[in-house]
Amino acid sequence: MAAPLEFSSKPRFLAALSDSLIMIRRSSTHIIRNTDQLLGTFFQPIMFLVLFAAVFGGAIGQALPEGISYLDYLMAGIIVQTVAFGSTTTAIAVCNDLQKGIMDRFRSLPMNNLAVLNGHVVSDVFRNGISTIVMLLAGLVIGFRSSASLQDWLTIAGILLLFTLAFSWVAAILGVLAKSVEGVQWLTFVIIFPLTFASSAFVPTEGMGKYLKAFAENQPITQVVEAVRALILGTPVGDYVWLSIAWCVGTLIIAIPLASWLFRKRSSR
Amino acid sequence: MPQANYVIEAKNLKKSYGKTSVLKGLNLRVERGTMLALLGPNGAGKTTTVKILSTLLGFDGGTVKVEGHDVKADADEVRRVIGLTGQSAAVDELLTGRENLIMMGRLYRLTKKNAKARAEELLKEFDLVKAAGRPVKTYSGGMRRRLDLAVSLIATPPIIFLDEPTTGLDPRSRLAMWNIINSLKERGTTILLTTQYLEEADQLADQIVVIDGGKVIAEGTAKELKSKVGKDRLEMTFKDERAVAAAQAALGKAVVDVNQKENTVTTVITDTNKDVKNILIKLADQKVAVQSLTVHKPTLDDVFLSLTGKQSSKKTEEK
Repeated sequence: MAAPLEFSSKPRFLAALSDSLIMIRRSSTHIIRNTDQLLGTFFQPIMFLVLFAAVFGGAIGQALPEGISYLDYLMAGIIVQTVAFGSTTTAIAVCNDLQKGIMDRFRSLPMNNLAVLNGHVVSDVFRNGISTIVMLLAGLVIGFRSSASLQDWLTIAGILLLFTLAFSWVAAILGVLAKSVEGVQWLTFVIIFPLTFASSAFVPTEGMGKYLKAFAENQPITQVVEAVRALILGTPVGDYVWLSIAWCVGTLIIAIPLASWLFRKRSSR
Repeated sequence: MPQANYVIEAKNLKKSYGKTSVLKGLNLRVERGTMLALLGPNGAGKTTTVKILSTLLGFDGGTVKVEGHDVKADADEVRRVIGLTGQSAAVDELLTGRENLIMMGRLYRLTKKNAKARAEELLKEFDLVKAAGRPVKTYSGGMRRRLDLAVSLIATPPIIFLDEPTTGLDPRSRLAMWNIINSLKERGTTILLTTQYLEEADQLADQIVVIDGGKVIAEGTAKELKSKVGKDRLEMTFKDERAVAAAQAALGKAVVDVNQKENTVTTVITDTNKDVKNILIKLADQKVAVQSLTVHKPTLDDVFLSLTGKQSSKKTEEK
């Protein structure tokens, strides 16, 4: 009656990789099935872009150097902000899995449990990719123009990829630590909101107070924003690209093992 | 590989959460191909036990072997031979039923083709073919439980843990679940089931272990447990008060209960055939006519009450 079972006999490493691919497929399917979130993925970035450009454009535009429109200036900031806020979904997804019985099921299987985290983080990269493209297209419609070459765009994509991964892994930590989904939302908000607003994402740091300025100019989001912005506007990138990469890689080196350790500990409670 | 007679063996199992001791030296053995019901009230330690046996939870003392593998040292080996269906339906809400089955099959290390074939088989078997393409969040409670059980069977593990598989289900879904569980048993699967419903343990299990406060307080077959509690009772209903009085006089000391409103008389019997015959002869001698009679076997409810001093969950008892 029942078909005979065929087990694949992959070596441990390949089996773990295959687990991750299965979980990436799971989390990516969530992007399409979760209709509420899908609206966020598409419309939130457009809304932010249009609102910020319309509201701040007039006032801040005058403070910008000659020949740079606020929309072109803003684009890098909005992209980075969207990616940073987008990482909240990883935190929520991780928290959800831990709250619900599904984590027990995964743990009772002969699988690599960290694949669950990999799945959420990588699907976050896909979703942020979609958001970024949507935003760029919307920007083009309302007058965004860039002189960046293909190579510049590839560099931008590389930086954003690293940034998404870094933020999602940090978000995974928050997802493990939070006791509920509401808790996740607060936790991520309290961390991400100040980081994105006390940066050069939306306004030049020149007008900020002494201490705020010092913080804003040296925190990671500003490095990433400035790197992407310089590439978009065709201005000198200075050290921003390297600083961005250093921040992201450094964050990953700490966040991946920490998230994995916390996740193992929490899920075996 | 030597096939142990006992597929699941827990010896002197101890587990505390902080200062609260949940399991206080629990002993448990499940023979190959049988179903054991772990019966106990809320907080008795049923779920903790299942979690330990299925490698999800560590423990403080004792040994646990599943199919000869130590659950601490060889967790992965244990995971290959077990399936677990927990209290909350552990399936992905946003994936479809079919996607859930295939995903779990592949995580059990089935080949892609094999996982797909098994998924179709199980969808048919669990009456989920029509719903197979819908996300699980649209499923009813009964459908979710069926899918959850199907998922844990995808790699046909020889050992299945069912943690309160019918809690919260309506009577029809419960019956469907019982049929599925029975067919698993017929195929030779070793099953450990936890339940707070006595009826469920009575209907399904070969062996029942009653636990309370983290300890085994009784074990045996449903019949053995019931016989520990008391003898069968014969309840007779008569036409009127006069007949009741006459019956009382005829039967004498054997009468243990008289209900004047219902006109019933109850006696204790040990041998159903012989004792009932004798009682009827005595009544016939005195010309007392019995309108109806019923033999009451002690229920597991009685067992439970006498063992723990607590009422069991009454939910399923209302049929």
